[in-house]
Amino acid sequence: MAELALGAPYAAQPRTGSFWIAPPLLILAALFFFPLWLILRQALAGDGDVLSLAKFAGVMASGEFRHALVNTLVIALSATAGCLVLGFVLSVLIAFTPFPGSEVLARMIDTFIALPTFLVALAFTFIYGSAGMLNESLMAILHVDLPPVDFLYSQWGVILSEMTVYTPFVMRPLLAAFSLIEPAQIEVASSLGARPLRIVQRIILPAALPALVAGGSLCLLLTVNEFGIVLFIGAKDVITLPLLIYDKAIQQFDYTTACVIAVVNVALSIALYSLYRFVVAYFGGRRAGLV
Amino acid sequence: MPADIAGTAAAVPVSTRAGAERAMRSSSGIGFDDVSVAYNGVVVLDSLTLAVNPGEIVALIGPSGSGKTTALRAVAGFVRPSRGRITIGTRDVTNVAPHARNIGMVVQNYALFPHMRAEENVAFGLRARGAGADVIRERVPECLRLVGMANYAKRYPRELSGGQQQRVAIARALAIRPQVLLLDEPLSALDAQIRRSMLDELAKLHRELPSLTVLYVTHDQTEALTLADHIGIMRDGKLVAFGDAQSLYRYPPNRFSAEFLGRANLLPVQALAGAGAGMARVRFGDGALLARNHHGLPDGGHCLLCVRPHDVSLGAPGEGANALSATVRSVQWQGDMQNVELDVAGHVLRLSCPPMHEPPPPGAALTVHFSATQATLVPETMTRG
Repeated sequence: MAELALGAPYAAQPRTGSFWIAPPLLILAALFFFPLWLILRQALAGDGDVLSLAKFAGVMASGEFRHALVNTLVIALSATAGCLVLGFVLSVLIAFTPFPGSEVLARMIDTFIALPTFLVALAFTFIYGSAGMLNESLMAILHVDLPPVDFLYSQWGVILSEMTVYTPFVMRPLLAAFSLIEPAQIEVASSLGARPLRIVQRIILPAALPALVAGGSLCLLLTVNEFGIVLFIGAKDVITLPLLIYDKAIQQFDYTTACVIAVVNVALSIALYSLYRFVVAYFGGRRAGLV
Repeated sequence: MPADIAGTAAAVPVSTRAGAERAMRSSSGIGFDDVSVAYNGVVVLDSLTLAVNPGEIVALIGPSGSGKTTALRAVAGFVRPSRGRITIGTRDVTNVAPHARNIGMVVQNYALFPHMRAEENVAFGLRARGAGADVIRERVPECLRLVGMANYAKRYPRELSGGQQQRVAIARALAIRPQVLLLDEPLSALDAQIRRSMLDELAKLHRELPSLTVLYVTHDQTEALTLADHIGIMRDGKLVAFGDAQSLYRYPPNRFSAEFLGRANLLPVQALAGAGAGMARVRFGDGALLARNHHGLPDGGHCLLCVRPHDVSLGAPGEGANALSATVRSVQWQGDMQNVELDVAGHVLRLSCPPMHEPPPPGAALTVHFSATQATLVPETMTRG
């Protein structure tokens, strides 16, 4: 009797579970998997019915695609490296050298993450653009006719903008990780004779490494897919994969090529996302303050 | 003795002890000269003047917020005094950066570096000071042996018990051959059994390194009484008593010290007249008692008679003992001790003794006595001892 009584609820549980899984699966399929399948199908079959990799081979062999892929990777890697350096330095300053307003600044980072990416590009145009504040001032001071600062409409402008936008994505997990470091460790290290730089190298950096790597992976993922900043700055010759997809689909109506590039972009994103998940799992997300 | 703390200083080879002792010869005392510390205008350490002699263990005890940890942190350089001067040896370190003070520090939660093995933790200070590889190779095992952790050199902190971690922390602090060792509630995070054993180990360690100067901050009176040569009692940022452990316990200079350092019965009395040899006759209720007047309290003044519970006995007094009529309020058995709470002329008097076969029942009227030499007069008003 006891076994029967205990067995009944277990028998009923799977049926209820299966039922409730169905609606979210359907929604996910409708909103995500089906459109993804349409893109993949278009990339493989084009406007016909025969699935083939011929179109893929053609697109990947093109200089335009390779140029965009290299641009995407160079910008993403450079911006991520910049975010890591800037984010680490700023986080160390905020967390370990308290100054008036440091807490407010730390909280503002979340707000910064919520802002649309193109806003920074817009602000940079006002500051560093050809007719921006900096150039106007310099032209007046130096008595020159052409703007002396001309980096915004290049790859560097895109990298700087992305660094500004995505540095908080590195800082957030870093600050969480720093909050888990016992202040006593820093104090003891100091009492043992370690100067601040050694403490950063030997105590803080190893403790923050999981958060740093995870933040960097996330940054890389986001910068690979960045579209708004690149479009808004409109840098000459700076064509990335997302911008190339936009160009092919919206301006040239070449949906098949756009879909091929989109599939490559999605594959790249999934690979980077897998790397991010692996890093978080490997270092222990809870310890790193990421989950 | 728990396995994790078995065999430490007693098993230290003579060469290690000699090496470590050599290391500590440069030990220096600590001086607080009218040191005050304030946070946002709130004074947390108020005009502390105190000297810790070379080779001495001084314990600072007091309740939370009494300023004892602030005093230690001021020596370490983590808080800057708003007034006064701190010296280590003859050197004024008041404005010296923590890394340049040459101190060893052990804190409550060990603060071992989690990504470093025990030996790397111990070597950290040496590397920070630019010690050569041969010095590190020699001194790290030496310090680990000193605390009985030689076999755990390759372990990470997470692979060590609390007691073992604390020993590595002590080895790490000693490895740099500090002028002074600062211990900030080092045993608080350990359970009772390990704490007792570690206390013995610390006492042994100081016997091995007699010239090591130690400032020990704790809220545990047992730790202070066991280890310290001198004890400072702090309250509200002020040092309210300072002296050698025995004297402070026997002749507390004020009510707070009497109650904080051990358990005390404090009976309100009036000093009547001196009775010679540092004794005084006092009035308690309708009767008279005899007690030590160590602090030279004047005749006729109101004060407190302090007698420790373990100095009070049941039964008729012997010659020269003080006797009081009492009524039993309650009896508590605590394993190896029996605590009896009594009513004496409307005041509570506590007595502790080995377990009785037949303890008196509550309400029983009886006589208690205590030796005049075990009772001391304490001023009612706060005075610094």
